[in-house]
Amino acid sequence: MIEMLLYDPNVRWVVMASLLLGLSGGVLGSFAFLRKQSLMGDVLAHAALPGICIAFMLTGTRSMLWFMIGAAIAGMLATFGIGFITRHSRIKQDAALAMSLSVFFSVGVVLLTHIQHHVRGNQSGLDTFLFGQAAAMTMSDVYLLATVALILIAACALFFKEFKLISFDPEFAKGIGLPVAALEQFLMFLIVIAVIVGIQAVGVVLMAALLIIPAVTARYWTDHLGHMVVIAGAIGAFSGFSGTILSTLAHHLPTGPLTVLSATFLFALSLILSPKRGLVGKWLSRRKARMLLVASDHLEQERAFVRGGG
Amino acid sequence: MSGWWIMLTGSLVAISCGILGCFLVLRRLAMVGDAISHAILPGIVIAYLLSGSRDSLVMLFGAALIGLVTVFLIQWFQNSGIPSDASIGVVFTALFSVGVILVSLYTRQIDLDLDCVLFGEIAFVPFDRLIVGSVDIGPRAFWGLLLCFLLVATIITLFYKQFKLCSFDPALAAALGIPVAFFHYVLMGLVSVTTVASFESVGAILVVGLLVVPPATAYLLTDRLHVMILLSAFIGVLSTVLGYYVAYWLDASIAGCMVAVAGVLFVLAFLFSPKHGLMGRRKRLAKRMAVTV
Repeated sequence: MIEMLLYDPNVRWVVMASLLLGLSGGVLGSFAFLRKQSLMGDVLAHAALPGICIAFMLTGTRSMLWFMIGAAIAGMLATFGIGFITRHSRIKQDAALAMSLSVFFSVGVVLLTHIQHHVRGNQSGLDTFLFGQAAAMTMSDVYLLATVALILIAACALFFKEFKLISFDPEFAKGIGLPVAALEQFLMFLIVIAVIVGIQAVGVVLMAALLIIPAVTARYWTDHLGHMVVIAGAIGAFSGFSGTILSTLAHHLPTGPLTVLSATFLFALSLILSPKRGLVGKWLSRRKARMLLVASDHLEQERAFVRGGG
Repeated sequence: MSGWWIMLTGSLVAISCGILGCFLVLRRLAMVGDAISHAILPGIVIAYLLSGSRDSLVMLFGAALIGLVTVFLIQWFQNSGIPSDASIGVVFTALFSVGVILVSLYTRQIDLDLDCVLFGEIAFVPFDRLIVGSVDIGPRAFWGLLLCFLLVATIITLFYKQFKLCSFDPALAAALGIPVAFFHYVLMGLVSVTTVASFESVGAILVVGLLVVPPATAYLLTDRLHVMILLSAFIGVLSTVLGYYVAYWLDASIAGCMVAVAGVLFVLAFLFSPKHGLMGRRKRLAKRMAVTV
């Protein structure tokens, strides 16, 4: 069945695009995870809605390129707003995130309902925007998505060392003369782009998951950033692949949730089975420690006995 | 007439959210509110499938339970070493996916519009009447939300001291023998119940807006908790009323306009609040500079 599906060139392209999307989500998510910005993806995905609506109102067409530009502007505005609010008032990061998420999104909902009530024309696709339907993408969307995902991965590979430094030790990075602020902005920009291309395939709400879950899962298996990025990318790619295949097999199920659940499945496995941090591993090491303790206790008693008896 | 019912219902949502939101903002749990509002989707769907109706107590309990499970899972992952933001992200996206898949699977059996769950349609509130005996006593949602508001107000008033201490100094609260974890879960349970009660009218996603934006605005205007709670409820009601008229004028989503207006009010407070606003800070800075010169 799966072979038959993959024989269809259209399906093959869609699967390919989701796979690349998952891969870039995993890679970028690793950096976001280390910089404690995991929820930024969620905020950006919601904040993109008004940008997309305005792009649609201005151009009157459903073109992915314009949607991306609109969403990128809205996303950058949202990140700027969060930074500005936390720097210039007593509002903390979490409240600033939640506020920009909900306010941008509500403006988006207002525009969306306004469009639905007033603008005639091809507005289908604004609904799938929310939950994603990889199968509903046109071929040009798929090509665009695949290209952008490849560019994102290439950018991460090129700037790997710089991103690594600003994630672990921004002070040191500043010391050796790296433009830290510019690099941080650039990384944020890459995340914005990933979120925006991802929206079409997996939807607003769940694109965030592709940035978080693979990275968290990868963290269970390694302490090495290079390995983590590769593992997270692989997990993301697998989730994108299986989510799309499952969604094609079961006709009316949306791609996004299936992709996220594939990733969650891998997360649950890692949570239980990972040798160092997993539940089983922790249990084993705790048992070992207890046995050592008991053994040393015995030894101590024997020594005391010898000392006392002698 | 129906306009009044809409504003009244919206205000009840805004007041309940405004009260609870103050504690979320103070305890830096704003994103947990976001997580709960997404994560209860499977709870809503399962309870709906089991009970077959939208306004049952089963649904309220089902969703409150899922809300508590969400909080528990987040806490558990956090204790096992995952950073808090990542654990929030993992839990709510996974639960939300389950919810979306359940809706898609049973879309024929249930008359539960996903758009409606997520964005709410407060404009439909006046049409679903509650009839006792043969007397029409108003929209069903209004009575449900009134009940929810009374629950929130009673619990917060009864345990105001405990909640206050837990928000500002959990260590001291624990030392005084207050069960901090218990009150944490009570608060989260109330947030879940409020989210469920309001999802029909403002939608699961926009509840976050009412949970965070008015309290954050109030936080910029005062340093006293009870003033902050009252202000936050007032700002919520103001956003509801203004939002209703803006929505009427734009012919757009009422819930969306409510949160958007709340956003505008926040920006105003952010700029002009005498003590914590941008202008106030700058003025004070200028004064200090003048003094030193």
